[in-house]
Amino acid sequence: MSLTLCSEALSGCTGCEMALLNTGGGSLGLLDKFEIVHMPLLMDHKYFGCRDATSEIHIPKACVGLITGGLRNEGQLRIAEKMRLQCRVIVALGTCAAYGGIPALMNLFEDADLFRRYYRSAEGTDAAPNPSRVVQPFLERTFALDEKIAVDVTLPGCPPHPDRISALMESIIDGRSLEWPLQSVCDSCPTKREGKGGVQRIRRFVRNARHQVQGPLSEMRCLLEQGFLCMGPVTVAGCAGMDGGPPRCIEARVPCRGCHGPVRKGGNQLMDILNALASNGIDTKDLPDRLLSLRFSGAHDRLNRRRLPKPD
Amino acid sequence: MTEFERLDPHKGVFMMRQTKAEPFCASAKEITIEPVTRIEGHARIGVMLDDSGGVAWARFHITSMRGFEKFLEGRPAEEVPGIVTRICGICPWQHHLAANKAVEGCFGTEVPPAGRLLRELSQALAHIGDKVLHFFFLAGPDFLVDSNRHARNIFGIASQAPELAKRVVQTRYRAQMMLEKFAGRCIHPDAIVPGGFSRPMSCVERDELHAGALDQLEFARFALDFAKERVFSRFDAELMRLGEIDTGFLAMVNPEDGALSLSEGVLRLMRPEGSYHEFSGREYTDFLGEHVEPWSYAKLPYARGWGEGFSMDLDDPRGIYRTNCLARLNVADRIPTPLAQAELLEFRSLFGRPAQSTMLYHQARLIELLYCCEKVVELLEDPRITAEHVQNVAVPKAGRGVGCVEAPRGTLIHDYSTDEDGFITRANLIVGTTHNLAPINMSVTRVARDLIKNGEVTEEMLNRIEMAVRAYDP
Repeated sequence: MSLTLCSEALSGCTGCEMALLNTGGGSLGLLDKFEIVHMPLLMDHKYFGCRDATSEIHIPKACVGLITGGLRNEGQLRIAEKMRLQCRVIVALGTCAAYGGIPALMNLFEDADLFRRYYRSAEGTDAAPNPSRVVQPFLERTFALDEKIAVDVTLPGCPPHPDRISALMESIIDGRSLEWPLQSVCDSCPTKREGKGGVQRIRRFVRNARHQVQGPLSEMRCLLEQGFLCMGPVTVAGCAGMDGGPPRCIEARVPCRGCHGPVRKGGNQLMDILNALASNGIDTKDLPDRLLSLRFSGAHDRLNRRRLPKPD
Repeated sequence: MTEFERLDPHKGVFMMRQTKAEPFCASAKEITIEPVTRIEGHARIGVMLDDSGGVAWARFHITSMRGFEKFLEGRPAEEVPGIVTRICGICPWQHHLAANKAVEGCFGTEVPPAGRLLRELSQALAHIGDKVLHFFFLAGPDFLVDSNRHARNIFGIASQAPELAKRVVQTRYRAQMMLEKFAGRCIHPDAIVPGGFSRPMSCVERDELHAGALDQLEFARFALDFAKERVFSRFDAELMRLGEIDTGFLAMVNPEDGALSLSEGVLRLMRPEGSYHEFSGREYTDFLGEHVEPWSYAKLPYARGWGEGFSMDLDDPRGIYRTNCLARLNVADRIPTPLAQAELLEFRSLFGRPAQSTMLYHQARLIELLYCCEKVVELLEDPRITAEHVQNVAVPKAGRGVGCVEAPRGTLIHDYSTDEDGFITRANLIVGTTHNLAPINMSVTRVARDLIKNGEVTEEMLNRIEMAVRAYDP
């Protein structure tokens, strides 16, 4: 008897669902192990009959509730609450569900500013009042899932690697808990580190990293030591999957932007990177945009338009 | 406490007031489909019946927005291409490229030839995965499995046609893995950078990709033949009229020969009768406007340049054009690869130019799949693609840049301005799906009017309404 599964996508981008579809490799393997009872992306289950639309939405009971995306509006909050009621295990899948993700950058601004810009001053837009019918009102900010409902399992990543999604879902099927090693991206990075002291200032990433074209990554010098802001020291490892491969962005010869969130749940990627840079003797005063260190983890009140963090 | 707000005085209809967890006063005259399923993203359809049980109006509502246009302000421009990828997890590569092109416009950066080729390759590969996903996983179940609601999905295809499902799943997966091979990540990439590409492609990688590309091409030929025989040739007159509307079309073409182009070119805006004019991305506000409706967060673009205003009235539409694959095939003079060009000629001989039937989006999508697969092979056989010089240094400065590419769902327009340090001062985005919002609303109204009489609604009718939406792959 396979486990029943409900899947919902809230304030996100469907990237996690694409990663989920990649889990079976060339087959639907992982999804076939569940009896999917609700998944709007792939299946036709609705919240209510067409004639009796209510705000009390219907989601079937299930063993596992997979939720991607953070919480931006009241409708999404209602769905999350209903999922919590109906599902025995709630999985927060992906960085938006875990830490707010990119959409939580909106926490730096007022919705009123967005509306003014989007509906009344954008190039080519015929100025009009804010939409107000049928559309969902926004919450006071973008929340991670665990700020509003109890979450049983969290798997960050933007998106999480398919192998890690598979490992997680298999562990749920087997009824065992899964512990990931607490490692940073740097711990899993093969690039060459020569030691402190070489870099005084952080450079913007407007020229490519120095590396041997045909050479392996282990011959490329650490991107932080090349002077680029790499979030590797303060970001949890895992983007490469289960087989110990190099971090994905490093493989593309691009610095880590921190998309899997802090190394330790509850960590603060901004504070942590400032400390890491300072301890290496790097001047942090003129980092081009320090708040961007929180671009993936701006929920949990990390990015707050009324109380911008003052790290110094 | 129940709190209602009278929203549409002309119709005397009550709708949900926006407060939390209140009972909803469903009008006997209102039909709601929520969520619209087997599409990417979130949407709701509302259909309002008139006194005689016919359809007064129907609407496709986008009920949330995340605010990219606002929170890009103040960011260093070179970081933006790695942020806007999160607009869409299905088409991150197109946002990634459009943003890089816009930043290059601000900084005045040119891209070396190998950088351009690698970008084109990534775009074509990204289109392949998307088209397979859409036709077989999302829309295909409407045509390929029994019309039972519970089987109408990819799992239904897997149980009723396991061999087909296997090939489909493998092809989509392979397209994703081919991207990973040379670009690190397939979902939410970082590999395109202002000035080019982050790393060159090695000859070993090129050879491995080439073998995969030939398999993709073989699948694309099979998929189109299969769909023509099993699906498209069986479309009856009723299906061909499903959601049909007469509109103009917008897509990018190569300025030299008017050929289909996904990454570089000029925008061509065609009127419903087939005449057109062309403009550069920077001129977009002269030709395109955006209209705001009170019932959807997403704005509705229209052809301002036609000077007729905006109206979704089925009998007197104004300023309405469509994008996505059918638009690309309609506006292009030709497709620059041989197999897809032959298909285009056959398509035109059957359906004319511009072809208007909404259901033809599906066939156009598979012709584009063929084009993308041919294009990938062609790019990998270009010796310049493994050249080592893939990026020019970008120098942050003040400027304005408009980056346009063709995303699966339509023309992407990213318009940024920067200050003297190269930080974003202003961003305006028109994303693929929004171009089609007005047409989707009209198509939904068209189907609903054609099918719903005397207030009688069946599950089949509701799915037909959704099928009109799915054709646009929103």
